[in-house]
Amino acid sequence: MRVPFHPILDDDEEPDCTIYHNGEAIPAKTGEPIAAALLAAGVKVFRETAKRRRPRGIYCGIGRCTDCVMVVDGEPNVRTCVTPARAGMRIETQKGLGEWKAP
Amino acid sequence: MEGSMKHAQIVIVGAGPAGLSAGIEAAKAGASCVILDENAKPGGQLFKQIHKFFGSWEHKAGVRGYTIGSRLLRETEELGVETLLDAPVYGLFPDEKGIIVSYMKNGREEAVLGKKLILATGSTENALAFPGGTLPGVMGAGCAQTMVNVHRVLPGKRAVMVGSGNVGLIVAYQLMQAGTDVAVIVEAAPLVGGYGVHASKIRRAGTPILVGHTITAVQGKTTVEAVSIAELDADFQPRAGTEKTFEADTVCVAVGLSPLTELAWMAGCDFTYIPSLGGHVPIHNENMETTVAGLYAAGDITGSEEASTAMEEGRLAGIAAAESLGLINKDEAKKMKVAVWASMNALRTGPFGQKRTEAKAQLLESARRPQ
Repeated sequence: MRVPFHPILDDDEEPDCTIYHNGEAIPAKTGEPIAAALLAAGVKVFRETAKRRRPRGIYCGIGRCTDCVMVVDGEPNVRTCVTPARAGMRIETQKGLGEWKAP
Repeated sequence: MEGSMKHAQIVIVGAGPAGLSAGIEAAKAGASCVILDENAKPGGQLFKQIHKFFGSWEHKAGVRGYTIGSRLLRETEELGVETLLDAPVYGLFPDEKGIIVSYMKNGREEAVLGKKLILATGSTENALAFPGGTLPGVMGAGCAQTMVNVHRVLPGKRAVMVGSGNVGLIVAYQLMQAGTDVAVIVEAAPLVGGYGVHASKIRRAGTPILVGHTITAVQGKTTVEAVSIAELDADFQPRAGTEKTFEADTVCVAVGLSPLTELAWMAGCDFTYIPSLGGHVPIHNENMETTVAGLYAAGDITGSEEASTAMEEGRLAGIAAAESLGLINKDEAKKMKVAVWASMNALRTGPFGQKRTEAKAQLLESARRPQ
């Protein structure tokens, strides 16, 4: 859920573009981390571990822990917490180490 | 390589409060400076700090973190400090003319040769292991703070905060301000870790802070659904029969920070181990210079503290590095450094500063011992 109004901060901008999560359109603000757009849309599971297929989501938010990696426009292992969203991006849940796909 | 390599008198790694402050002092002295940062935006963690800072007027008390961040950025710009973003540093190579700092930019390897190097790399949040601790919805408190205050997205509807230091207290309050309910704050120690003023605000808002308690498990199929806590005995073991379960979709972990010291290790700095500063920290003297000549460290890399002390340490390193290049004369530099030290010592007073004062004295002491 987004926080457009805040007791201390200025009103926030509205989402201005669309990205696709596993094929489903979700609104995003250009330049915000992909992870922020996903959380705003209620998406919390970003990938599944290689061995036991356990779900993982955002943890550190600063690009260090790599728990939030996903397949972005066909490229696996993209850190969604530090990668800016752009109109039309295709974001997919990463299974294990992920696979390269045609962009 | 020499042909394409950038040159600067002072190279700074990290564009947070320490690195920016170092750049400002060095540039004021007339040094050419390059600041490198792996992030897309400068300011480090200042822009998520929407609370007012403590200290006195000189310490920017009463000013919110993001305002301080904007001021630092404006000053570096006005002084012509070059700041390279999206530029993670991956290698340091000693050279007869200084030190070559290698970094990535737009997927390419680049390098800058600096006569002096200041490491202001900051720190990272500690993790905590408990059953269910890998479920989506469990995250660092700093991560939740970034999402709420910078990106304006709630991490969830109802959270449990683990840890009652200033990070735990402030983030819990800021989650409530933005609309996430905080069910409870648990603290393993017998006392609240952070400032009383923050703890009181939280209690007034109706959220209990349970000291002598810890998180024992998180339940949920694919994301956090419920959180169990328990009282701890004198040996910090959960006491049987005291377990309570809260419905929650988010767990924020605020159990301290560890200095990001990789580059200092790589450069061959000598280290010392001081638990209250977050573990291994590079040894430095009163000039913030490490045991590697010409290499300075400032901010959380020398022990996790607060942005206010990080700025002072950055200023010290910037002044000392400029002095070593002959850009500030010795007497003038001494006056400036004495003033910064006085300001920094004032920040480290009181019951909360005492421990840090002692730890920092220990760190400086280790610089005096022969290695």
